[in-house]
Amino acid sequence: MLAFLVQRVSQALLVMFVISVIAFAIQDGLGDPLQEMVGMSVSQEEREALREELGLNDSMVVQYLRFAGKAIQGDLGNSYFYGKPTLEVISEHLPATLELVIGASLIIMLLSVPIGVYAAIRPQALLAKFFMGVSTVGISIPVFLTAIVLIQIYSIGITVEWFPADTGWGQWLNGALSTEGGLPSYGRGDDLTHLFGTWYSGFFSESGLLHLILPCVSLASIMLPLFIRLIRAEMMEVLQSDYIRYARAKGLSAVRINFLHALKNTMLPVITVGGVQVGVMVAYTILTETVFQWPGVGLMFLEAITRSDIPLIVAYLMVVGLIFVVTNTLVDLVYGLVNPTVKLTGKKA
Amino acid sequence: MKKLLAALVGSMALATAPVALSAEATKELKMAYDADPVTLDIHEQLSGGILQLSHMTFDPLVRWTKDLGFEARLAESWERVDDKTMRFKLREGVKFHSGNELTTKDVKFTYDRLKESQDFKAIFKPFSGINIIDDYTFELVTSEPFPLLLNTATYIFPMDSEFYSGETADGKKKDAILKHGNSFASDNLSGTGPYVVTSRQQGVRMEFERFADYWDEESPGNVKKIVLTPIKENNTRVSALLSGGVDFIAPVPPTDLDRIKRDKDSELVTMSGTRIILFHMNQERVEAFKNPKVRQAIAYAINQEGIAAKIMKGFATPAAQLSPAGYQGHNESLKPRYDVEKARQLMKEAGYEDGFTITMMAPNNRYVNDDKIAQAAAAMLARINIKVDLKTLPKAQYWPEYDDRSADMMLIGWHADTEDSANFYEFLTFCTDADSGAGQYNAGNYCNPEIDALVEKANVETDLDKRAAMLQDVEKRLYDDAAFVPLHWQDLAWASKKNVKIEPILNVMNFPYLGDLVVE
Repeated sequence: MLAFLVQRVSQALLVMFVISVIAFAIQDGLGDPLQEMVGMSVSQEEREALREELGLNDSMVVQYLRFAGKAIQGDLGNSYFYGKPTLEVISEHLPATLELVIGASLIIMLLSVPIGVYAAIRPQALLAKFFMGVSTVGISIPVFLTAIVLIQIYSIGITVEWFPADTGWGQWLNGALSTEGGLPSYGRGDDLTHLFGTWYSGFFSESGLLHLILPCVSLASIMLPLFIRLIRAEMMEVLQSDYIRYARAKGLSAVRINFLHALKNTMLPVITVGGVQVGVMVAYTILTETVFQWPGVGLMFLEAITRSDIPLIVAYLMVVGLIFVVTNTLVDLVYGLVNPTVKLTGKKA
Repeated sequence: MKKLLAALVGSMALATAPVALSAEATKELKMAYDADPVTLDIHEQLSGGILQLSHMTFDPLVRWTKDLGFEARLAESWERVDDKTMRFKLREGVKFHSGNELTTKDVKFTYDRLKESQDFKAIFKPFSGINIIDDYTFELVTSEPFPLLLNTATYIFPMDSEFYSGETADGKKKDAILKHGNSFASDNLSGTGPYVVTSRQQGVRMEFERFADYWDEESPGNVKKIVLTPIKENNTRVSALLSGGVDFIAPVPPTDLDRIKRDKDSELVTMSGTRIILFHMNQERVEAFKNPKVRQAIAYAINQEGIAAKIMKGFATPAAQLSPAGYQGHNESLKPRYDVEKARQLMKEAGYEDGFTITMMAPNNRYVNDDKIAQAAAAMLARINIKVDLKTLPKAQYWPEYDDRSADMMLIGWHADTEDSANFYEFLTFCTDADSGAGQYNAGNYCNPEIDALVEKANVETDLDKRAAMLQDVEKRLYDDAAFVPLHWQDLAWASKKNVKIEPILNVMNFPYLGDLVVE
C-alpha cells in the first residue's frame, strides 16, 4: 500500500513537471499579456518598461527556473489579471466547478444504474428501447446545444401555437407543449452557504439548488448515455456467465441474482471508466460553465487564455493534472475494495 | 457657446427633475455587461469598463451630454482666463463616500496622479500645471493653446485625497498605481459618485449601493442597489435578460437584435457609434501601395454598405472617413465610393491590371464580426485581381503582430479617447515616430507631413469653427489620397426590461449614467 502511494506521488510530480514545461513552452503562442493590462494609447516605451518589470524580457529558461524555484516552495506565481496568487484564485473558483461535477455525477449515478440494469434485464421491453434510442441522440448532441435548448425551454420559456387554439384539444396541446420558463439561466445565485475556507455552497438553499439544475443536467447529458450503455452492456455479459446461471438453477430470487451478484461484477469496469470520466468531465465544464456563466475554474481558465494570463494558465493545468492523478489513484483504491483479487502494486498474487 | 449649451442642458435637467426630487431610491437593478471592471483604481487602465465604473462611483468635473456638449458636474462653472488657462469653480458641499469634503486639494491630487498614470499621462500631456486659487477655485494651464481642454476635463474624476494618501498597514503607499499585483486603490474606493461599491468578487459579481449623501439631489435616479454580473457569452447574456434574470444588458450582439425586438417585455436601444473600423495598407511592405491609384482602387473595390448591411446586419454605419458625425472633423461631403468598374480602371492605370498577392491579418474576437469582415473584404479584392492571403487571430495574439506590422493589410478599430477627430489622425495616419509616439497604430506607414502639420495647427486653434474647417480639410485630403480603407462605425446597443428607462441615460461614449437611471 505504502509503495503504491509513493509510486503515485512520484508519478504526480512527474506529470506536473511535464505539464509546467509544456505550458511554459507554449506561452509565446498565447499572445502578449500586456495587451489586457494597458490601454491602446499607451506608448511603446511604457509597455517596454512594464514588460521589464514583469520579467517578460528574460529568456524562457531564466523565466522557467525562476518559476520552478518558487513552485517548489508552493508558490505558483501571481495572476496578472486578478493580481493575487494563482492558487488562491483557483481555490476560489474550484468549489463552483466541484459542485457542478458533484451535481452532474449524482444525476448520472441515480439515473444510469436503474436504467442500465433495466435495459439489460428486459432488453426487448419498449421502454428499454426508448431509453436506448434517447441515449444515442443524447450522446451525439454537443453540450453547447443541449445547454442553449435547455435555457430556451426552462429558463426563457416557449409558446407553442401549432394547434388550433379554438378547439379544446388544440388548446390543450398548445398548453402542454408551451413552457413558462423561470429557471435561472446564469451564475450561482446570491444565496450561497459558507462551508469552510473558500467553499461557498449552493446545495443548501433553494436559490442555490435552482441555479444548479440546468448546468448539472447539461453536463450530465454528455456522460449519462455513455454510462447507461456501458452498464447495460456489462450487465448483459455478466448475466450470461456461468455463476449467474448456476445461481438461477439453485433457485435464488431474481432480485438477489440481479442486484447482488450480477451488479457487483458489472460495476468493476464502470468504476474504472467513471474515474477517467470525472477527469473528462472537468474538461467539459469549460463549455458548460461558459454557457451558464458559472464562476468555476473552467470559465476562469478560458478567460485566462483570452487574456494571456500565463501564470494562471500554468497553475490551472498543473492543478488539473493533479486532479487526474488523484482521481485515478482513488479509483485504483476503490477497485481493490470491490475486487480483492486486484493487487495494487502489480506484485504476483 | 459650449458653456451656454451646458447651462441650457443644466436648466433642462432642472425643469424635468422636480417630480423626481422627492423620489426615494428604492429599486434594485440587476445588470450584465460582457466584463466587469478589472480594478477599482480608475487611473490604472484607460478602458471603457473603467470609465463606466468611474461614472458610477465618481463624478467628473464636466461630462458629455447626449449630443456631445458639456454638462457641469463637480465643476460648477468655468471660464477662459487666457489662451492657455481655464478657471474652474468647484461645487461646494460635495461629500466623498468616506465623508470627507471635496475641495481643490482633491482636484490637485487627482491631476498629479493622472500625470503619473501610464494610461492617462498621454491625454494630459498638453497640460503644464494646475493653480489652486482657493478651496473652490482652480486653474488648469496648458503649455500651448488647447482647444480640447474641456474634452480632457471629462477624464478628471476627483479622488478623495485624504482617503488615498498615506500608507497601508503593511507599509505600501496608498496612492500607488500598480498594473499588476494589488494596490490599495485597486481594492478600495472613495469617490463622490452616486454609487458605493459594497462587495466585489472579481469576474463573478459586483454590488453597488446608492450613496446616501450624494450631492446631486436633482438626479432623478431611483435605484438603490445595483448588482453587476459579467456575462461574457453573448447568448447567455441575452438569455439572462429574456428569462428575467437581469434587467439591463450591454452590449447586445447583432445576431440577437431581432430576438429582443420581438420580446414584448424588453426594450432595445441602438445608436450609431464612434468606433471606426478600417484597414491599413502597408506601403513599406507592398510597393504597389505607394501608388495612390492602387490605394484608391482598393477603396473603390470595398463595398462598405454591403458589409454594413449583410455582415453587420445593419448594425453599423458605413464610413468614408475617420470622424463620425458630431465630431469636428466630420466632413459631410465624403461618401463611400463603391464602384468595381472604377476600381479596375484605376488598377489598369496604375499598371497592375493583372493584380498581385498580399497578406491580410485581422483579429477574430476583438470587434463585432471582425473575422467575417476581413473575409468579405478579401473576396471583394479578388474582383480587382488582388489575391489575399488572410489570417485571423485571437486578439491576444493579434496585437503583437499588429505592433510588428506583420501583414500587408491589417484591420483595426479605433475610438478617440478625447472624442475628437485629431486623436484619430495622431494615432492612425501620422508619420510614424517612435520617440513622440505619433502614428503608433499607423500600420500603413502612410506618411504625409503636410497633413500632419495641418493637424498640429488645428490642435492649437481655439476658435472651434476655424478648427473644424481645418480638420474637415484633413479628412478630405486623407480621403482623396486613400490613406486607408474605412469600413464603418460600429453601432452600439443596449437592452433592458420595459420598466427600466435606459434611453435617457445612454450616450455614444457608452458610459451609461446609471446615477440618473429611473426604474418604474
